[in-house]
Amino acid sequence: MQFLSPATLAEALAAKGEQPDAVPIMGGTDVMVELNFDKHRPPALIDLTRIAELREWRVEPGHLRLGAGVPYTEIIDRLRGRAPGLAMAARAVASPQIRNRGSVGGNLGGGSPAGDAHPPLLAADATIELASARGVRRVAAREFYLGPRRTARQDDELITAVLLPEPAGPQQFCKIGTRNAMVIAVASFALALNGRTREVGTGIGSAGPTPLRARAAEEFIAAELDWDEATAPAPTAVRRFGELVAATARPIDDVRGSAEYRKHALSVMARRTLAWAVTDYRKEIATCA
Amino acid sequence: MTTTTGTTASGLSGAIKDGVGTSPRRPDGTLKVTGEFAYSSDMWTEDMLWGMTLRSPHPHALIKGVDITEALRLPGVYAVLTHEDVPGEKRYGLEYLDQPVLAEGKVRYQGEPVAIVAADHPETARRALERIRVDYEVLAPVSDPIRAAFDPDCPLVHEAGSLPAHRQYNQNGNQVRYQPIRTGAFAEGASVEELRARADVTVSGSYEVGMQDQAFLGPESGLAVPAEDGGIDLYIATQWLHVDQRQIAPCLGLPADRVRLTLAGVGGAFGAREDLSMQIHACLLALRTGRPVKIVYNREESFFGHVHRHPARMEYEHGALADGTLVYATMRIVLDGGAYASTTPAVVGVASSLGIGPYEVPNVLVDAYGVYTTNPPCGAMRGFGAVQACFGYESQMDRLAERLGMHPVDLRLKNAVAQGSRIITGQVIDSPLPMAEMLIRARDAPMPPERAALPDPGDPRILPGGMANTSHGEGVVRGVGYGVGLKNLCFSEGFDDHSTARVRLEVIGGEPTVLVHTAAAEVGQGLVTIKGQIARTELGVEQVTIHPADTRVGSAGSSSASRQSYMTGGAVKNACEAVRERVFGLVRERGLVAPDHASALLSLSGGKVLSATEGVLVSLVELLGDSAVEETREYRHRLTQMIDPVTGQGDSHTQFGMCVHRAVVDVDVELGLVKVVEMTAVQDVGRALHPQQLAGQIQGATTQGIGLALMEEIQVKDSVIRNPSFTDYLIPTIADTPPMRLDILECPDPQAPYGLRGVGEPGTLSSTPAVVAAVRAATGRALSRTPVRPEDIVGIERA
Repeated sequence: MQFLSPATLAEALAAKGEQPDAVPIMGGTDVMVELNFDKHRPPALIDLTRIAELREWRVEPGHLRLGAGVPYTEIIDRLRGRAPGLAMAARAVASPQIRNRGSVGGNLGGGSPAGDAHPPLLAADATIELASARGVRRVAAREFYLGPRRTARQDDELITAVLLPEPAGPQQFCKIGTRNAMVIAVASFALALNGRTREVGTGIGSAGPTPLRARAAEEFIAAELDWDEATAPAPTAVRRFGELVAATARPIDDVRGSAEYRKHALSVMARRTLAWAVTDYRKEIATCA
Repeated sequence: MTTTTGTTASGLSGAIKDGVGTSPRRPDGTLKVTGEFAYSSDMWTEDMLWGMTLRSPHPHALIKGVDITEALRLPGVYAVLTHEDVPGEKRYGLEYLDQPVLAEGKVRYQGEPVAIVAADHPETARRALERIRVDYEVLAPVSDPIRAAFDPDCPLVHEAGSLPAHRQYNQNGNQVRYQPIRTGAFAEGASVEELRARADVTVSGSYEVGMQDQAFLGPESGLAVPAEDGGIDLYIATQWLHVDQRQIAPCLGLPADRVRLTLAGVGGAFGAREDLSMQIHACLLALRTGRPVKIVYNREESFFGHVHRHPARMEYEHGALADGTLVYATMRIVLDGGAYASTTPAVVGVASSLGIGPYEVPNVLVDAYGVYTTNPPCGAMRGFGAVQACFGYESQMDRLAERLGMHPVDLRLKNAVAQGSRIITGQVIDSPLPMAEMLIRARDAPMPPERAALPDPGDPRILPGGMANTSHGEGVVRGVGYGVGLKNLCFSEGFDDHSTARVRLEVIGGEPTVLVHTAAAEVGQGLVTIKGQIARTELGVEQVTIHPADTRVGSAGSSSASRQSYMTGGAVKNACEAVRERVFGLVRERGLVAPDHASALLSLSGGKVLSATEGVLVSLVELLGDSAVEETREYRHRLTQMIDPVTGQGDSHTQFGMCVHRAVVDVDVELGLVKVVEMTAVQDVGRALHPQQLAGQIQGATTQGIGLALMEEIQVKDSVIRNPSFTDYLIPTIADTPPMRLDILECPDPQAPYGLRGVGEPGTLSSTPAVVAAVRAATGRALSRTPVRPEDIVGIERA
């Protein structure tokens, strides 16, 4: 196995272009597990840890530009205000040691439907920045996930950043695991209210072949919500929202849980996160007024 | 956070620093915490080869052929061995010689070793395994233990006549052991119907315990070094060096004295290292190649490389009078032993004899079965058959209390055993067992505050789901539950259980120094500290060195059954007493006291020999000079008996231990998630030799019980393991481990050294039913299976 260690992004992109089946590695929290379990033996690894810009974030007009290699710990510590949903998901990732090394780029690169970062990216309508020797392009998170561990990233592309729109309302994330820390999601759910556009975003994890967006649920509840006063939505509407979220999911029975439980849990998480988000939204309105 | 209350003064510590009753630091503690401790997998020698094991992907298959030609051709491969290369006995086992060193003609479980390879690099060895061609004819698995036990048409896992006969175990078909127990009217042939007529209420239930893994640190590993005499030196992480030696030597075709074992750094054991794993394989490869061979399993291989806790299916029925007095109890337990016997017969012995728990029941009918299937082999794990039964009988006690409208503690008090009671085998409990007091103390311990009363009731760390943010209090209901367990301590059923210690007293660098040499395995429990404490207390010498454990001294028995403080502690104490007596003899020989000066007047303290009447007689430095005093002694506990294969009667146990748990849990009843809020444990320990380590044992046992209650299960479908990794075999993290309130009683057992009682296991029994009872209280659901899954709590069927 070759080990490439480019010093600049340009070098990395050139290497990836020459050897599209080379696997990029930063924290190694996913890639090394695959290697150690002998599930995957790539011909080459591209070590991206020397490329400083991948670990940087900055605020650009209208969005936060988050380098693909910014560790979860930094998202939790520094970006709770600018990426609240993602920061909540980051807090649910694995253990402190893994959060110190793991990053959103790894979740996106692996493309596992259980990755904790995916649902908040979907809910917040984030954009993924992909780069190759051919150039840079941007793909909406909502169009990024194509199939089981298959994404819109081309073989010669590296994931360089995620662009998160400036939050225009509360965001929530929660995830089910059968223990209270260090657990892969049995099911997860993210919600984002956008008071400016009066839209609701959702993201579902670990309950389908890819991370999913519950579009019918989004449209239904966006129409139901009282965007001016943020009064609590009617219980029937909340319940319906939960049902629509669960109906979107396409889970399977596996060692971590049954399909039926995953649907049930999604409906509960959808109801609860909606209630929390509306309460927060009411507070925001009151503060602004 | 742990609160310890109760009587702590053991009165044993005397004047000596770090003696019995104090809590000196572990010599290996800092190394382990800082990551510097050398575990067995860290060993390395010049010229070392790496061994690796080819395992069957099928749980049940005939082997039509094994072709190793391509593997041998690979450069860097030094040996590829199959069953044909085993020079001696082809089978081994702790109780039944039924397990092939390497599969011959058939595999009976997924992961059974078929061939082994030695190569100059682990990667080369791995590639060599890929080149071995095994022609399997796959057979249908025998995966249902009930069918294996009772269906006469079920295929036999072991061909008829292929197994050695053990008459006292009632072997029959796939039944490894069947143990009935009949007492009272049942012994006279009464039917269950007749006894039902005597009871005011009856409750029955079916219960199930899933397959728990020991999940020790440090997967199986060891280093075998061929010796010039044609023998072998094996450095190995194990629980019992001499039982390994006893099994390895015949398979290698060597006399036992040419198979020398030394204990390597052990990460943990919990029973999983009682059976052999890579020991014989590494020795075979080393003898064949003439080079040292190291084998290290990774975590996935470890799940296939050791035995697990027996899954159990149990049927119980209890009948009682309206005031709660128990009239009768029946129990049938089927323990799935998997493909090979391991310790299944002994597990059946424990599960049957303790099957009804610590309760006075005049009429009992027990049928306990251990069966062969093609599931993963099961054997020893902390609690050893008593854990499974305890979940059954404690669930029954709660069900009965509910039926009678009684507090669960009141029903237990009504029927509690005490010193003088007989258990269902007829054996009298002949040392203190303050069960009633323990129950009351658990019940009356202060309750943790309600969540709403806490400074930040919305802190996710105190809620079910934790930092995954699933609840801010919605759906959360608190529940309280109790559990009591009775455990046999030390080996049972007539086993010649003994331990050996060699103690040497000499002057080194002007200081009197004691060397303690035993073969007892330090597996993390802290015996290494206990041995030093005993030597200091008995010989009045502060400087103690613990010799590495090896087979150059007699057997210490297994580091299991909560027995090492009792047995090896007893042996060290005996050897120290013998050394002391010889020192007193020297004092008399030298004329420092009169020849008839009684030993009772003499003592060793502060490196000096003292007389109660004449004061300091001489320092050890002066007395011993260049000479050393060395004595080797064995320690045996009292004799026990096999229980009768027909009536189930007999004094089979050495000592009894008990723990009472109260669990307080918060359950998210909508999502099925649980946060254990607090565990209270009340345990009688006889005497605490090292209070801090003792507390650690109870905390660990409690936590392992929480794991079995809420998450730990090897999921097996059609005899195939579905979750052989720590990604999906979940064990409690610190976020799942609650504050524990320990209430430790010290009621000495006059039979035992210092009056101590083994402490390692009892907490693993009571913790699980207490947690499940608390979840039942919060949810109102019956929950007859452990571990309890989120689906069970929210009422969704799980395939």
